Order: sequence, then C-alpha cells, then structure tokens
Amino acid sequence: MSLLDTPLWKVIKGSFAPEIWERIAPAIWDTLYMTVLSSLIMLIVGLFIGILLAVTNPAGLMPMKALYSAFGWIINCLRSLPQMIMIILMIPVARFFFGKSYGTNACIIAIAASCIPMYARIVESSLLEISRGKIEAAKSMGSTNIQIIFRVLLPETIPSLVRGYTVAIIAVISMTALAGMFGAGGIGDIAVRFGYQRFQHDVLFATIYVLVILVQIVQWTGNLISKHMLKKRNLI
Amino acid sequence: MKDEYIKISNLQKTYYTGSGPVKVLKGIDLTVRKGEIFGIIGFSGVGKSTLARCINRLENPDCGSIIVGGVDILKLSKKELLRERRKIGMIFQAFNLFEAKTVYRNISYPLEISGIPRREIKKRVMEAAELVGLSDKLEAYPEGLSGGQKQRVGIARALVNKPDLLLSDEATSALDPQTTLQILDLLKEINRTTGITILMITHELDAIRYTCERMAVLEDGKIIETGYVRDIFSNPHSRTGSIFTRVYTEFQRTAALEYGGGI
Repeated sequence: MSLLDTPLWKVIKGSFAPEIWERIAPAIWDTLYMTVLSSLIMLIVGLFIGILLAVTNPAGLMPMKALYSAFGWIINCLRSLPQMIMIILMIPVARFFFGKSYGTNACIIAIAASCIPMYARIVESSLLEISRGKIEAAKSMGSTNIQIIFRVLLPETIPSLVRGYTVAIIAVISMTALAGMFGAGGIGDIAVRFGYQRFQHDVLFATIYVLVILVQIVQWTGNLISKHMLKKRNLI
Repeated sequence: MKDEYIKISNLQKTYYTGSGPVKVLKGIDLTVRKGEIFGIIGFSGVGKSTLARCINRLENPDCGSIIVGGVDILKLSKKELLRERRKIGMIFQAFNLFEAKTVYRNISYPLEISGIPRREIKKRVMEAAELVGLSDKLEAYPEGLSGGQKQRVGIARALVNKPDLLLSDEATSALDPQTTLQILDLLKEINRTTGITILMITHELDAIRYTCERMAVLEDGKIIETGYVRDIFSNPHSRTGSIFTRVYTEFQRTAALEYGGGI
C-alpha cells in the first residue's frame, strides 16, 4: 500500500496486517541483536574511557594534562564524523575482523566506534558531578585512587550514569536504523527497501511503531532504575 | 613542656590562581598537646581550613614541617601517607557523607578499605554507632537524616579507625545552635573517654569557648595569639579583641537573620 494511491487511514490500518509483521519479525530480531551487542561494547569501552577522562581531567582525581588533552582530541575527532561516514570508514575494519563488510556483526563495529566517544563524554560529565567534598573525605580516610574510583566515584554517580546510558542506547538504536542502509539488515533496512524504494508505506509505518516502542521501553526502564536508586537514597 | 603531639613550624602555602599567586599561610608555628581539644579561630579566608588540610596532606604546603606523634608528615611516601591518614580522622562542615551508602556502610568504609575482616568491621561499626547514638539508624541513607545526625555519622566514620587525632573543619558551622551544642558535647565526651586529640577549626567563638582548652587566633595567614582559652577571652591581645568583636557581631547578625532573634 502506498500513500500515493491510498488514503492515510487505510495505510495505517494496513500497517497492522499480519503478513507485514511476519516480514518485519526477523528484522526486529536483527535490530535488537545489534542494539544489545553494540550497547554492551559501548558500555564497557565507553565507561573505561569516560573514567579515564574524568580522572585525568584538570578537575579530576589525578590531573594529567597531556594524557587528557590527547584523549580529548581523539574523541572530538571521532565525534565530529557523521555516523554515515563512520559506517563507511569502518568497512575495511569489519572486513578485517569478520571477512565481510556487510551484515549485522560488521555494522556493530561502526556503531560502537561512533557511539563510544559520545558515551565516554557522557560518563565523564556524570563522574565530574560528584562533590569535591566526598572525594576529599575518602582521601582523608586513606583511600587509594582505585578505591576512590570504584567505591566512591562510581556508586555515588550511578543514577546519573544510568540516565546517560539510556540516552546513549537510544542513539545506538537510531544508528542501527541508519546502518540498515549499508547492509546491516534490521528495521532500518526494511524501512529503506520497502518504505523508500517500493513506496510500501504500510511497511514503513510498521517500522516506525517498532522504533517508537523500542525507544520508549529503553527510556522508561532507564528512568525507572535511576528514580528507584534516587528514592532509595532519599535524594528525591 | 608537656609532650608536643603536633608540632608545626614555619608552614607556608601559596595558591596559584588565575589572578596570580596568593599566599594563604605565611609561616605558621603551632604546638598541640596530646589529648587536648585545641581551637583555631579566624575569619573565612584566613587559611584555617588550609592549615587543617595540610596536616593530613589534602594540601601540600610550600615549606615548613608538620610532626604528628613523632611522624614527619611532609616526608612520608605515598604509601606511608595513606597509612598515616588512617590514623587521622576528619570531619567536615558539609559532612561529605557517601549518599549511595547506608549509615552502616558509611561508617564501615574506612575499615573496608584497610582490608579488615568482616566480623571485626561489624563489631567496630556497632561500637562507633553506639558512641554517637545512631545504633537505630544503621540501615538509613544519609539524606534521610537531620543535619545533626549526619554529623554524627561523620564523627563515627572518622573515629571507627580509632585515630589518635581528629581534625574538625568547621564541623558545627552548618548546624543550628542547639544541634551545635549537642555535637560539641559529643566531641568533648569522646575526648574525655578516648583521650583523642581534637583540632577544631572554626569561626564560631562560642564553639571554641565551650569546647577548647587552648586556642590560637589566625589572621591573614599568621597566628597572632595562642594560649589558654580563658586567658585569651578575659584579656585578649588588642588585635584579637577586635577580631572577637567583629566575629561576634557578624555571628549575631547571621543568627538574627537565620533564627529570627539574638542568642
């Protein structure tokens, strides 16, 4: 069904047809697969780099200007690349790792490469939110820097870290849709092939529902977790 | 001379700010005896907090020496410093409790980081909580407590390692007069029962008069007078006297603003 020859309400009605959803189902699975895996890689690497940035920051635990500037510069370079260019840039890297430059696994590399720098910055700003006094108290008790990072800095800022991660996962989801154009499969691929190339707007609408619901679930879960923690700590 | 527990000589500290270097401590000489409550009074910005923070090296001074219990603090290696800090408790104006941890975990933190067995930790946390009267709040989170209770947690956390010295950096300045009195009573009681030396940094005259045996007056990075509290209050040095009047009027003014009446 196309909006070119069918009224809007009929297209909307048609977008709930079972055969459309049968076609989309494997794509939903692909999108979920890409999102979960990319988000996990992003969490591990991004958290590590974010901690490094926050600690070496001039206002951080162990200010190291040279290291901080170097890392900051690399991250800013990576962040200034549009996601689409990052995907193209990562094609040879994906070929090196997986032997092919298309498919869900190959695109996870591009998604991670694009979202890690962003998430690292989010982590850095969350970690810098902690009051200096708490760090000083921990120091005055004879904590090592590692103890301060893992026993004070991270636990104290977890609600903010969770909120930041939520934002980052949503960025990952939107990028999986873009990656669909470059052979990653998933919802984005369906939207391009059917919605754009064949004017099957009922399919396009169905993909929109999936993305909206997915983002809502992520946001809602993130809010729920961070609110629960703040409430437990009597902070709201 | 009764034993010199803390001996500070010619301590100097400069901060490098955007608008040039600012000399905060201009050669401090100070001796504190074991087991006494020693007060240091002065306006904000005269270097009181910096002085306290040099003692556990949260700040590194330019030059001078600080001896605490025979240990030369400024000559310690990084590792030795961590061990030494565990013997010096510190409490703060803003309490600086860990909001993510329960009262129990706040108090147990200093023990956890020194790798003490869990059963021993439990015993000592219970003791410390009992000492400050918070045994029934152990599972609460700090933000659910009143200011006075928060400072009690701070005190328990500072004392759980059984330190020989307690640094109190404006510990009662964020509290109302009645709670201040309770906290000061608690500090006096702890001093009497454990023999801990307390160095009290404050701008509150009444807190010093109520709690301390001896005191020093800090002005513009220098100590201008030191001696027994009763002597200084009954017969202050002329400059100290003028500071007292200024501090006192300021204190009354804020009290009038905050609590709607004089004290």
